[in-house]
Amino acid sequence: MTPDQTAGKAAASDQVAPDPPATAPATVTTKAGTRHAWQLSSRSLAVAGVALLIAVVGLFPLVFTNPTVTNIGVITLIFVAVASAWNTFSGFSGYLSLGHAVFYGTGAYFLAVAARDWNLNGAAVFWLLPLAGVVTAVVAVPVGLVALRVRRQTFVVVTIAYFFIAQLSASNLTVTGGSSGLLLPVPNWAPETFNNPFYYVAMILAAGTVALSVLIRRSVFGLQLRAIRDDEDRAAGLGVRAMPVKLSALVLSAFITGMAGALWVYFIGQAVPQFVFDPLFDLAVVLMAFFGGLGTVAGPVLGALILEPTQFYLNLQYTNNYESEILFGALFLVVILFLPRGVLPTAGEWVTSGRIRRLRDGWLTRRARRTANRPAPPATGNLS
Amino acid sequence: MTGTLRVDGVSKSFGGLQALADCSLTASAGRITGLIGPNGSGKTTLFNAITGYERIDAGQVYLDEQRITGASPQRVFALGVGRTFQLTRIFPRLTVLENMLVPANRGRPARERREHAMDLLAFTGIAGHAGALAGTLSYGQRKLLELAYVLVADPAVVLLDEPAGGVNPSLIHHIADRIRELNSAGRTFLIVEHNMEFVMGLCHQVTVLDSGTVVASGPPEVIRADPRVLDAYLGTETAND
Repeated sequence: MTPDQTAGKAAASDQVAPDPPATAPATVTTKAGTRHAWQLSSRSLAVAGVALLIAVVGLFPLVFTNPTVTNIGVITLIFVAVASAWNTFSGFSGYLSLGHAVFYGTGAYFLAVAARDWNLNGAAVFWLLPLAGVVTAVVAVPVGLVALRVRRQTFVVVTIAYFFIAQLSASNLTVTGGSSGLLLPVPNWAPETFNNPFYYVAMILAAGTVALSVLIRRSVFGLQLRAIRDDEDRAAGLGVRAMPVKLSALVLSAFITGMAGALWVYFIGQAVPQFVFDPLFDLAVVLMAFFGGLGTVAGPVLGALILEPTQFYLNLQYTNNYESEILFGALFLVVILFLPRGVLPTAGEWVTSGRIRRLRDGWLTRRARRTANRPAPPATGNLS
Repeated sequence: MTGTLRVDGVSKSFGGLQALADCSLTASAGRITGLIGPNGSGKTTLFNAITGYERIDAGQVYLDEQRITGASPQRVFALGVGRTFQLTRIFPRLTVLENMLVPANRGRPARERREHAMDLLAFTGIAGHAGALAGTLSYGQRKLLELAYVLVADPAVVLLDEPAGGVNPSLIHHIADRIRELNSAGRTFLIVEHNMEFVMGLCHQVTVLDSGTVVASGPPEVIRADPRVLDAYLGTETAND
């Protein structure tokens, strides 16, 4: 007899689990119907919310035409893509990378060199983005094969080492233009709408990355990544091939990060080592994911949408730069201290605990009423 | 019948400590074999050696006639040997149902895998918790979850490391009943356990380890009466009976 056959015979004790009865009464059908309707309405709400968000983001540069504002929009959308891509690997697997700037920079330098050598300009340069992603993904394979041989904290240190190797290489190699870097072609577009093509390409990249993140989160591959995050050895003992799973996630993440880096460098028009391989880049991406909710799909998106414009705003308000950095650092501390799991998971916990508190308070009130209405016990005489 | 696990002359040392010394035992197909011994006798090390979590210094491990010595944990699992751990190792941030879907079980459509997972959760009695985070389960429920997800890939041999350890008495009976049902379907069990009542009531064969070496092996009633076993392990318990 297989477990499937014996399943119906299994009778759990009260201490094990209060499983529902085998035959469902009419009231259960009603509850199930209500639950189904609720799931439908919540799904419809989610679809409507996503459609609204896409419409708002799509119309944004048409409504806010100021180049400073659309400039913030382009960079924010690039960071939405990068933070989501980073989270797809690090958030899901628990392997925190502080070396994604290597992939960002690889994509950026590839585009700068390819556009120069192949004499590309204007919208044609955008066609190099997928190729930049592929080149970065190829670079990520040996990087991952070495870095993923170690676990967790050691992995973080290895990624930092990779970062410095990449930065020093870019500063000294001829192909990257050494410390003076490379200039990119400037598209001959109207100044008032110059940012718009970048904006829409960034929007497609961001939307594609978030959609990919959703697919991975719901797939067996995503489940295996999250199992690795919780207990890698146990996952291996259940048949999960940890190394190929981790490496695939890293390569996929690098592919997107490389495309984002390529788009960014074309937008700013110059590839200089200290900006292309910027240590603050990795900190910003990690902060975005932590701020919104590490390992969630919406968290890094929320983090990028809030933190990137905030950073721009602070930079504009405090032009001496260091004050804005101090404020940004203080914000990071506040997030880590008060929202260690990020905004979305903490908000979810607050909602749940609020519901539980209301249930408990209601039950306590009803119990107090029952006690008050109960007749007093008969007198038993003087016990003294 | 398939599912015979054979350990042949396995040795393992950690620095100067000899955890297993020329250890040999057989868990016959379709039987429940108990593995007992005092703390530090090498029971869990033997489990780790069989399932690929520890590399052994000498000896061989066979599943039926196939040598699985030195195979990785995922390879051992794929070949049909599942195990649980002394301290439960579940995935606390996944839901109970997601835990059930982690074991590699390719070739089945997603809907069928979920149905199979729910059947197994119902079988172990925790289907009502399918949507809960596994980290919120009680210790006993975690033991049941671990047993359930080991069964997902339908292994021929199941190694249980202290399934009754730290579990309340009613749940111990529940676990024993589930093991008997699975065994009656032909599945082989090798069980490490300190609860003598549990072992003697459940197992067809009992092997006793002491200082990494097998000191006795036989049916429970023979093991109970074996003076070497009484010396090594059961003396106090028998005196209390």
